[in-house]
Amino acid sequence: MTAFTMPSLGADMDEGLLQEWLVSPGERVHKGDVMAVVETDKAAIEVECFESGTVGRLLVEPGTRVPVGTPLALIEDQAVPDERAGVGEAMVSKAPTCATGGQEPATRHQRPAPRRKAARKPEVTPEPALAASRKEPTGEHVHAPPEPSGGADSVIGAGPLVRHLAVLRGVDLTTLHGTGPGGRITRADVEHAQPPLAPKVRASPYARRLAHDLGVDLAAVQGTGDGGAVRAADVRTAMRTLAGGKGPERTDRGPLTGDTLPDAAIRRDSRPEDRTDTMRRAIADLMSRSKREIPHYYLSTTIDLTAADDWLRRINRARTPTDRLVPAALLLKAAAVAAREVPALNGYWQNGEFVPASEINLGIAVSLRQGGLLAPVIHTADTLPPDALMTRLKELVQRARRGRLRGSEMTGATLTVTSLGDQGVEAVFGVIHPPQVALVGFGAVVERPWAAGGMLGVRPVVTATLAADHRATDGAVGARYLTAVDRLLQRPEEL
Amino acid sequence: MTTTHPRIAEAAAPSGRKTTYREAMREAMREALRSDERVFLMGEDVGRYGGCFGVSLGLLEEFGPERIRDAPLSESAFVGAGIGAALAGMRPIVEIMTVNFSLLALDQILNNAATLLHMSGGQLPVPIVIRMTTGAGRQLAAQHSHSLEGWYAHIPGLRVLAPATLTDARYMLAPALADPDPVLIFEHGTLYNVSGDLPAGAGPVDIDHAAVRRPGTDVTLITYGGSLPKALAAADDLASGGISAEVIDLRTLRPLDDAAVGDSVARTHRAVVVDEGWRTGSLAAEISARLTEQHFYDLDAPVERVCSAEVPIPYARGLEEAALPQVDGIVAAAHRAVGEPVLTGANGTERQPVTGRSG
Amino acid sequence: MTTTRSPRAPRPAARPNRQAAHRLALLESMLRVRRFEERCVELYSAARIRGFMHLYIGEEAVAVGVNEALTDDDALVSTYREHGHALARGVPAEAIMAEMFGKVTGCSRGRGGSMHLFDAGRRFYGGNAIVGGGLPLAAGLALADRMTARNRVTCCFFGDGAFAEGEFHETANLAALWQLPLLLVCENNLYAMGTALARHQAQTDLALRAAAYGMVSWAVDGMDVFAVEDAARRAAEGVRAGTGPHFLEMRTYRFRAHSMYDSDRYRDKAEIEHWKERDPVEGLARRMREAKELTDRARTALEDRLAAEIDAAVEAADKAPEEPVEDLLKYVTSPVEVTRP
Repeated sequence: MTAFTMPSLGADMDEGLLQEWLVSPGERVHKGDVMAVVETDKAAIEVECFESGTVGRLLVEPGTRVPVGTPLALIEDQAVPDERAGVGEAMVSKAPTCATGGQEPATRHQRPAPRRKAARKPEVTPEPALAASRKEPTGEHVHAPPEPSGGADSVIGAGPLVRHLAVLRGVDLTTLHGTGPGGRITRADVEHAQPPLAPKVRASPYARRLAHDLGVDLAAVQGTGDGGAVRAADVRTAMRTLAGGKGPERTDRGPLTGDTLPDAAIRRDSRPEDRTDTMRRAIADLMSRSKREIPHYYLSTTIDLTAADDWLRRINRARTPTDRLVPAALLLKAAAVAAREVPALNGYWQNGEFVPASEINLGIAVSLRQGGLLAPVIHTADTLPPDALMTRLKELVQRARRGRLRGSEMTGATLTVTSLGDQGVEAVFGVIHPPQVALVGFGAVVERPWAAGGMLGVRPVVTATLAADHRATDGAVGARYLTAVDRLLQRPEEL
Repeated sequence: MTTTHPRIAEAAAPSGRKTTYREAMREAMREALRSDERVFLMGEDVGRYGGCFGVSLGLLEEFGPERIRDAPLSESAFVGAGIGAALAGMRPIVEIMTVNFSLLALDQILNNAATLLHMSGGQLPVPIVIRMTTGAGRQLAAQHSHSLEGWYAHIPGLRVLAPATLTDARYMLAPALADPDPVLIFEHGTLYNVSGDLPAGAGPVDIDHAAVRRPGTDVTLITYGGSLPKALAAADDLASGGISAEVIDLRTLRPLDDAAVGDSVARTHRAVVVDEGWRTGSLAAEISARLTEQHFYDLDAPVERVCSAEVPIPYARGLEEAALPQVDGIVAAAHRAVGEPVLTGANGTERQPVTGRSG
Repeated sequence: MTTTRSPRAPRPAARPNRQAAHRLALLESMLRVRRFEERCVELYSAARIRGFMHLYIGEEAVAVGVNEALTDDDALVSTYREHGHALARGVPAEAIMAEMFGKVTGCSRGRGGSMHLFDAGRRFYGGNAIVGGGLPLAAGLALADRMTARNRVTCCFFGDGAFAEGEFHETANLAALWQLPLLLVCENNLYAMGTALARHQAQTDLALRAAAYGMVSWAVDGMDVFAVEDAARRAAEGVRAGTGPHFLEMRTYRFRAHSMYDSDRYRDKAEIEHWKERDPVEGLARRMREAKELTDRARTALEDRLAAEIDAAVEAADKAPEEPVEDLLKYVTSPVEVTRP
């Protein structure tokens, strides 16, 4: 026996009003059948069940408002024992009864309302069909997990082909209602399904129009308007960032001129493959431009991290694992403070001359899982304590990988830092992000034999590199910068 | 009382004649009376007194008591008589002292002037011009200070004008008299003493279209009448903060020049409507609604409204000022529209309470 | 000026043309109103006429008698009980019926209905459905004549109810003050809708009160078309002679309810019967029959002619097209675009 519960029909839904029962006790229901109508703040929604069985007691009267998760009715599985053949009882009881699917992003609450007719269809499916379908390996073994991973997918009556198709098309199977025998999700169901709707972004009408015209994904734009609303200026800022960053100068009110448009389309649709493609193109354009226009020079130095390591160990001793400071925070801080000492590397090459920046805003190259690269920004990084830097870093990486960066986090970098340390390489010689004039690279922190004061020992070291624009600076300037980074890292307590 | 105004934007014409808004209105009437014998002026104290606000001073002497006709305090009767005279071929200019008093003639204006043409199936056009003072700012309290032009702008069949500049004061009357249908002219009481040069080349003005009084790119301030000087002052203030505000003077409150407002907002993407009427059901509400209807996808911020507080206009100076749209409030609204934080204290007028919360 | 007041219109020394033909014309005119309105009741009951409809039956002598005193150049401003005024003024029955049918051939192109009949060509400035609302308008028409030295009369009908409105008193004062060529005809039918005169006026002698404004002011038997005609002629003469506005209180009575939505609970049946004995139409017919000016045959012929006229009006109105909905917004403002300099 399972409970049919008040579903969560949105991340912001805490309770719902049971408006109407569409079934009565004793009625047989199949997974996907609409059981009731629930009224949320937004709409009345037909709620289906993911269990088959016989409707038992109705626990909640229509017109009652109950919290999400409250059992609304019991579904007795004994009534349909034949359907359960070969299915572990434990799986049944563990399966979510009526949820929107645990793997759904919390914000994606816009589940398509099932059409009652379709949802009811399984109920009239004649028994022989059910019996026949059981013989099919991809058939009605609706609760048999094909993979040990379990999760929401495991409750869906969908075969491997259907699952594969769903992944390819970005369709969340938990939102579908199978039209096959026994409510099984068919290939057609997936093909006809809409990809999950993007969460509604709060944006001004004009910003929405502009984003559409410019091919900017609103969801990735941080709004600066009332209540975080995205305004036209935010869209332009985000677009500039994606197109190659013009820096933080205030141009947010001027008419958009053609030259701020990216060469390549940077439209980012909701489909991941498209996004990757367009991002690839954007990166290709940007890097080509960099290598075409910027005469890079490269410097490298290996830095002894013993002092930093000791200091980190000391302060981390009192901290919980999640709060522990990581070396990356110190490296970033050192890179930022060093830029204060060597301002010639912090700024932009614009109109044939170097324009120093007034703030040190570190762009952090973040590689994305699906491929591609983003460079979110930690503003005034030199002024942040390492702890704050680390927090920001974590946030940015997380959000960058979730595609949830805000516009302000995408704009205004004055110097970029890249680290491929977690990829195991020792040194990275990067390509400068125009119009910036330098890029700092850090490799992996590794233990190496190290001679100091005539003594040889094993020390943790990191290789810091600098790619710099020879138009703006010469090697000596770059050398000064790397030297400063080294020196700073020797006194981590001062960072 | 005398209210000084920084200026009213006009096409600069240093060679023009020095005049006041009051004199400009008077000149307009003088010209009309001289050029068309069907024209006459009728109203309370327009003759011997010279007009409640001195607009018609001296006209009696030139045109005599038949054409500068002092009326008893019978707004309904003399406004209705104006309508009847217009039906019979005259071109009356009827002056009502203030818009508050016009309510005594509202029956005639709405049920006759605005309605007869349609109700008679096109047989009876009513070529009347009704002038009246509107607005607050002179500590005249709640029965002499309201801005009810928005009510009249609600009524089909009327044309509603709000001259805000010397040129409009001088040259709106002629086209109003030429209009075959009733025209209401609202003269904001604080404007009468405004002085300046009447541009030398100024001529008859267009009463179909709004006027851009100051071009700008970042936000459109939409206003009319007595609020125009405030909007222009606000635009000056905004300019010093790097915000370029376009100021549109509606001039004709009915029919509204949607195109002018829309064109501007399509460029600036933000709109602030400044209207001395009460917010609820106001002209500002109408403009805001039209922008939403016609230019939703141009808007980068909610339409801001700067209106009078929802209170009968009080007497005490401080209260009256607080009740009316002021430059600071316009600036603050523009900042909100543009999306820049308002520095606390600097332009610290809070968003006016939305009706319903404020009662 | 002197306040002139006389409770009854003095018998004129020289009676106007009271030839048999004239009497017959008066009868025909009144009978046309009567029969027309009786047909209106039928059509209203059949839902062919909608909206508010106020019947003049019983008051025909006022419209017909007053109109005898007016020329084509004079103006007439009326009320919402104006079928009789319009018909007496010469507005064709067909145009009125079509108007009530909401047809494009109606005298207001279907935009007015029963309460808003207009005929600018006949200087019939319409049915005004705001009690007292036509009075200032009439003063203005008169003012224009006065200012342009046109010797014309503007006649304004209104009811006893309007006497309670400020617009009457404002207009009376203005007209007397400015000596406007205005003929004010108060149709005192004793009820302002359902409120008896004594219940809405402190002083029920309306002529007396009008006189207080400095107008020539008489009370007239409104059930006697000759008395009405006499008084109207004398008053109109006075107006034309430049002696300012004149006021006539026509003491009359409506036989039917205030409007079609009226259960007539505020009047005594006996009172109605009493007034019906003084029916202006049948009263004249009786006098003419007694004077052998109207044979039964002639009466029948007259009735037939009027019935045919009304039949034709109904038929024409029935056949007439409606104003196309596309023209809904026509006549809100003047179609002629003025050339602005």
